[in-house]
Amino acid sequence: MRRVALIALPYLWLLLLFFVPFLIVLKISLSDTALAIPPYTPTLDLARGWEGFTEWWSALDVDNFIFLTTDSLYWKAYLSSLQIAVISTLLTLAVGYPIAYAMSRAPDEWRPTLLMLVILPFWTSFLIRVYAWKAILSQEGFLNQFLSVFGVDPLTILNTNTAVYIGIVYTYLPFMVLPLYAALEKLDDSLLEAAEDLGCSRMKAFWLITIPLSKQGIIAGSFLVFIPVMGEFVIPTLLGGSDTLMIGKVLWEEFFSNRDWPVASAVAIILLLILIIPIVLFIKNEEKQWESDV
Amino acid sequence: MAEKPRKPSQVIYAPWEDPQAVPLIKFRGVTKKFGDFVAIDDLTLDIYEREFFALLGPSGCGKTTLMRMLAGFERPSTGEILLGGQDLGGVPPNERPVNMMFQSYALFPHLSVWDNIAFGLKRDKLSKDRIAARVEEMLRLTRLEKFARRKPHQISGGQRQRVALARSLAKAPKLLLLDEPLGALDRKLREETQFELMDIQEKTGTTFVIVTHDQEEAMTVASRIAVMDHGKVIQVDTPARVYEAPNSVYVADFIGDVNLLEGQFHRTGPDRGEIRYSESEPPISAEVLQDIADGTKVSYAIRPEKIRVSPDRPDDRANAAHGTIIDIGYLGNVSTYHVELAGGQMVKAAMTNSTRLDRRDFTWEDEVWLSWRETAGVVLTK
Repeated sequence: MRRVALIALPYLWLLLLFFVPFLIVLKISLSDTALAIPPYTPTLDLARGWEGFTEWWSALDVDNFIFLTTDSLYWKAYLSSLQIAVISTLLTLAVGYPIAYAMSRAPDEWRPTLLMLVILPFWTSFLIRVYAWKAILSQEGFLNQFLSVFGVDPLTILNTNTAVYIGIVYTYLPFMVLPLYAALEKLDDSLLEAAEDLGCSRMKAFWLITIPLSKQGIIAGSFLVFIPVMGEFVIPTLLGGSDTLMIGKVLWEEFFSNRDWPVASAVAIILLLILIIPIVLFIKNEEKQWESDV
Repeated sequence: MAEKPRKPSQVIYAPWEDPQAVPLIKFRGVTKKFGDFVAIDDLTLDIYEREFFALLGPSGCGKTTLMRMLAGFERPSTGEILLGGQDLGGVPPNERPVNMMFQSYALFPHLSVWDNIAFGLKRDKLSKDRIAARVEEMLRLTRLEKFARRKPHQISGGQRQRVALARSLAKAPKLLLLDEPLGALDRKLREETQFELMDIQEKTGTTFVIVTHDQEEAMTVASRIAVMDHGKVIQVDTPARVYEAPNSVYVADFIGDVNLLEGQFHRTGPDRGEIRYSESEPPISAEVLQDIADGTKVSYAIRPEKIRVSPDRPDDRANAAHGTIIDIGYLGNVSTYHVELAGGQMVKAAMTNSTRLDRRDFTWEDEVWLSWRETAGVVLTK
């Protein structure tokens, strides 16, 4: 009985905080926009019993999803988000791997400090940190002031995709570094010595031993960056330009500027479906690893 | 002190006694410092081809550093190491004809047993067929054919040890280094594996250098043992000579059980001397071949099994001492008697329990005579 209760707990959690909200959003995406509170129709009137339910049920349709296919803005935003998410995941990996590697090779007494430094930015508000990047990257910002000392013409970075990439890599770096560090820290130095002893150069040993043995960390870190970046809204809004197209931004505009909840919900449902593919792949990978271990 | 008698037809393998033999490895005045700490202190040592050479010593004596210098993971601070006449100084580990079996085995966890063994061969850019043939050969040699497809965590400790051995032998190195190879195995398996190691060493004709802190292991497998302490080699010799003719109190004490009696030396003949070690007992008469000045303070080292315990004074032995049994250690095959002499010295004597049912002759508090021959012990000056 206690075991059942223990297992039921996470399922209950998922049901309340994931599945119920999902059903609500799904229902809104099948509704039509209306000048009312809430701003959509139909709403379920349980007081009218079965008749009320059938009326409500027959009023639901997939028009909003069909609408998404008619306007190229949406699929372009999805594709653009996908592109930005893939590129920034690769950039974060490229920046994060050397950091995690250096941390895992640092003397033991240094490691807690280094780990702290990676987590330290979380202690400041995310919004403030993104605003700080505006101050650094703007036309008269710190970066351009610094470059002008060397006679370099001011760079236009703010309000471009470059600024979005900088912001994303900066913000999501800890999510990449921590799982990588966890994987690399376990790596036994004698494995690298053995690889060298058997004829590998240092570089080759890194490719054949270090990278494969940190595969779990690379996959976990990449998904931890990729999945939230797909729906990222604050960074492209604050640092990106008018041509920075991301589905998170579109979603926000549909909800708050257009007050079109049904279309916004449809956008959200499609985003979720897109993200389900990498999530399932991720779980499959973990299972495969687990099975081969047993 | 005598070596095992051999048939005249048998060729004795002892290149270290042949002045013509060229050593495979030469350490020439090698010193290794880590900061202020001297790990290896001006060491000169020769190791010959096809030897099974053991580096033996307590932890921190420098034996592992010595091995890591052979593998290329450490470089000597001064001095040089020659392998087949070539200075190894600037040669990185991956370009040395030397392979190492790590104490932790260091098997690659993401590769199968087969791929672990093939790892070094693939680096040599051999053809697929030749790699496969060599891996199969190694699997046969170490009796691992059935486990080729398994991952290292799916096999037992003993099997892992054999994979590590197969992997390090696969490239047919000129020199194989073994760092405490049997340390992680339980006693029974360790003994079996010792003989397996010797067998494989003989079959492949590879020169083995083994690092161990286990003297029994070194005695069993090695053709020669280097006993080390504080970065220096104290004695290099065959197991029998290290045991029976230690050159110092340190070696005598480190290898096996020993009684050390301290006293003054007086020469009584060209190859004889006596050691006065007690007021109450007559001096020990011993065969002494080395040059020792009269009056020198020496240690007389004698192994417990060389001493006979008897109820009466025997007249067939040159040395005898009278004492009381304080303690008896019964080990099954032998019993060790701790006997206190009248002068207060404690002497250990071991007697084989060659019969099963006899009443034991001696018990606690018994007055007994200890006796031994002139050649039974050695006189040590350092």
